[in-house]
Amino acid sequence: MKFLKAHTPDEAVRLFGQHPEAIPLAGATDAMVAWNVGRLNGKIILDLSAIDEWKTIQILRNSLKIGSLVTHAEIQRHPVIRKKFSLLAQASSQIGSTQVQNRGTIGGNIANASPAGDTFPPLAVYNALIHTVSFRGPRVLAFLDVFAWVKKTRLHPSELIEAVEIPYPSPVPKRWMFRKVGTRSAMIISKTVAAGLLWMNKDATVNKLRFALGSVAPTVKRLKTAEAFVAGKRLTPDVVEHACRIMADDISPIDDIRSTAEYRLQVSQNLLRSFLKF
Amino acid sequence: MRMRIVGTSAQRKEGIFKLRGQALYVDDYKLKNCLYGATLRSAIAFGRIKKIEFDPDYSWQNFIVVTAKDIPGKNCVTLIEQDQPLLAEERVLHPMEPIVLVAHSLRSKAYEALNHIKVEYEAHDPVLTIEDSLAKKQILRRPDNVFKRYEINKGNIKEGFTKADFIVEGEYRAPHQEQAYIENNGVSAWVENDGTIVARGSLQCPYYVHKALKIIFNLPDDKIRVIQAATGGGFGGKEEYPSMLAGHAALLALKSGRPVKMIYDRHEDMLATTKRHPAIIRHKTGLAKDGKLTAQDIEIIMDAGAYITLSPVVLSRGTLHATGPYECPNVRVRSRAVATNSPPNGAFRGFGAPQTLFAAELHMEKLAQKAGIDSLELRRRNIFKTGSKTATGQVLKESVGISRAMKECAGISRYARIKKECDRWNKNTNNPTWRGIGMALAFHGGGFTGSGEVMLASRAAVALTKGGKIEVLAASTEIGQGATTIFAQIAAQALGVPYEWVEVAVPDTGRVPNSGPTVASRTTMIIGGLVRRAALQLKDEFIGKAKAVPKTRAALIKAAKLLCKGKSEVRFEVQFEKPGEIVWDEAAYKGDAYGVFSYGAVVVELEVDKLTYEVRLRNFFSAQDIGKAVNPLLAQGQIMGGSAQALGWALFENAVYKDGVMQNANFTDYLIPTALDTPAMKIKIIEEPYSHGPFGAKGLGEMPADIPVPAVAAAVYHATGLWFGELPILPEKICHEMLNRYSHNSLSPCGRGQGEG
Repeated sequence: MKFLKAHTPDEAVRLFGQHPEAIPLAGATDAMVAWNVGRLNGKIILDLSAIDEWKTIQILRNSLKIGSLVTHAEIQRHPVIRKKFSLLAQASSQIGSTQVQNRGTIGGNIANASPAGDTFPPLAVYNALIHTVSFRGPRVLAFLDVFAWVKKTRLHPSELIEAVEIPYPSPVPKRWMFRKVGTRSAMIISKTVAAGLLWMNKDATVNKLRFALGSVAPTVKRLKTAEAFVAGKRLTPDVVEHACRIMADDISPIDDIRSTAEYRLQVSQNLLRSFLKF
Repeated sequence: MRMRIVGTSAQRKEGIFKLRGQALYVDDYKLKNCLYGATLRSAIAFGRIKKIEFDPDYSWQNFIVVTAKDIPGKNCVTLIEQDQPLLAEERVLHPMEPIVLVAHSLRSKAYEALNHIKVEYEAHDPVLTIEDSLAKKQILRRPDNVFKRYEINKGNIKEGFTKADFIVEGEYRAPHQEQAYIENNGVSAWVENDGTIVARGSLQCPYYVHKALKIIFNLPDDKIRVIQAATGGGFGGKEEYPSMLAGHAALLALKSGRPVKMIYDRHEDMLATTKRHPAIIRHKTGLAKDGKLTAQDIEIIMDAGAYITLSPVVLSRGTLHATGPYECPNVRVRSRAVATNSPPNGAFRGFGAPQTLFAAELHMEKLAQKAGIDSLELRRRNIFKTGSKTATGQVLKESVGISRAMKECAGISRYARIKKECDRWNKNTNNPTWRGIGMALAFHGGGFTGSGEVMLASRAAVALTKGGKIEVLAASTEIGQGATTIFAQIAAQALGVPYEWVEVAVPDTGRVPNSGPTVASRTTMIIGGLVRRAALQLKDEFIGKAKAVPKTRAALIKAAKLLCKGKSEVRFEVQFEKPGEIVWDEAAYKGDAYGVFSYGAVVVELEVDKLTYEVRLRNFFSAQDIGKAVNPLLAQGQIMGGSAQALGWALFENAVYKDGVMQNANFTDYLIPTALDTPAMKIKIIEEPYSHGPFGAKGLGEMPADIPVPAVAAAVYHATGLWFGELPILPEKICHEMLNRYSHNSLSPCGRGQGEG
């Protein structure tokens, strides 16, 4: 195992440009698992953990910009995130364990591209933007465009995540929810994980719904069909039930050693139903 | 000076060293020129080994390689029988069976080399389930795949059913369970200049390892030495497997002439070492209108895995506890342990009883429901009392604390009131959960079954060195349960000296007498009794030769000189003596199965989330009659720890197998409860003294694992109206049953859940 260490963003970009096969290391919570089972043998590691420029949270006029090396522990403690982006604060407080939250970073979480990433449903409903850098220059991607497949991103070779930008929801949603479902209270990979935002019109019809689910498809999914269906409608029992039923159009839960497709779908439907129900 | 140390929560003898990180576990010892061993394991479940090929392009020169041909003595891991090879030679009977050992000075190289060994097999269709084994898909054990069978008969089962007003049947399935000790299995070994083979490891039973190594190396007693390192938990998981591992490490050490460490990582440990036996248990029970049992007909089948190992005795304990703590005039229990092509299942806290008591207690709930009697009342009418006769005809003469345990547990949990509160809560469909409460009872025999303790003929000693050190010598191991503390308390109390004066020797077969294995809830009750007797002999010597038991250190040193008469130490060693009234007939399976039973009750309060079907444990209560709590804090710790393990088995632990291989052999996917998943526990210790236990003490360590599971299943039934006869009760199963209950397109009931902004 070869070890490269970057101290500044420029150095990181240069080193990654020279070694596109290197594995970037942020909080190392996933890298340690891979290392333990020998998957990092003979690999090049690019350690980013000393880059202080990527460890800050900037409060901008219309958005918040979270450096990619900000830890889950810092996110859940941040007063503005707790107030304006409580779903992200909640998700960050339920990742792994306190120890994992102290080490793990938001950028590392995204780059790892697990289908079960707990911060992903909140970032998906907040319409987050991902800022990247590489020797080709900076780039901005919509959050959902980052993910290609299980553990695969659409980032280019030598491209690093610099920050996550989240626009303040405006107006403030009428309802919001986050729920991680994993059977055990800590150190658990989600069986399904949901985040939702709901805006209502004055006439009690839905203005806008955003609802995202993790662990029920190869990548995090927004329920586009259900979101479109409820827009402009009153949330009658029939409408809610139909929205739950067409959820199956947007997700593809599977049976595996952790859970069953039946359970993942049923619980995801229950979560949406309870969110929409008055 | 009158000292009371028994009955107090004396500080753990070894606690401070563990707290400071000074306790030395097997991998902490630095061994000069040490090699690390790795194991090539069978990739198939059943078949013949055709060829073992070593990659000719790989550089083997710095490796030590061992196969079955290198074994100087007999190729077997001796336990009850000698059917399990140390290294597979011609055939493999289960996945993960060891075939080749490799050692290198770098651990990673040793594991890397395994990728350069190819085994060619002729694979046979394996037997992977109890059903396949019974159907004799393949014969793994002649004549019918049954390793062991028992039958208990009491009264007349046919007549019992004719007297019944209700007959209720039920089938229950208990799955594997991993011991999940904090420290994985690990042993180191080396050869002394005089040819003595020494093994030091994380283990429960030094003399089991000693016995196995003698046969593997064809050496006399004094040429094998087994030492226990600090051990991070056992729970049965280090009862038998260390014999295998010590054999492997010692073979590599013998061939290389260097010390060898074999330390498993979690994945290998979970794949290869023993687990709790899966079991199918069928009950058919007759009940009269007055709530009295008339007949219990019980069938038990356990999956032993590929070799017999400890299965006969696990099955025996399961069989003897299968009725639950109830008196019934007509009983038949038939049991079998059968062979499959999966890694051998073995000892785990409770040793067969958790499986059969789960079935017995959940069946009691079913019986109560069918008969329309409150389940507590049904138990009350049938539980053991002093003078009751068990299924084997054992008359319970003393120390029968079950009524008290049940009453106290119902009291501290406010069972009746909470039950009503749950019913009220469940009527309101807007509530986000369903709530339930459940109770279960258990009994647990202390010590080896039947004539086991007589055959073990355990020994323990108390020594006084000429320097004035008082030392307990026993082979019973400290595995976190507090054995050393308990022994020191018992010896100090018997002698009438301060607790701090008594030390407990490291279990080292070169020094300590054979106290038998550290299993079967026997350490305090049986070996503690020996320690007390040995200490009393020393006390007599003090009084006889030094006029009194010394009261100061100076007096102790003076007395020590006097008693040792120039020798380095004087030892008082005693052997187990069977209480005269105990009679056991092994052939008929009748009589006193155990010297005494411990008794306990558990109440679990829980709720099931209507959105996620997850079970949250709200409260946990237990009252347990253990005769005497020598150290109340340690006793509570045993009860809480055992209960937490059982709660994991009830709700989380789901060992997934494919082709005989565990698919989730890691703690990410095999879920054990965290502190956050473990409810607040309120424990009440009941002391109904046992006349043959030290200071009245009975067995304690295992019973906590027997009781919680059926209490959880009963509480889930109370909450949801669903019976789960198969463990674990996963949210997926609750979800599935709910979907079955409510037709497909209608809604499953749910409540308000999420925060509204």
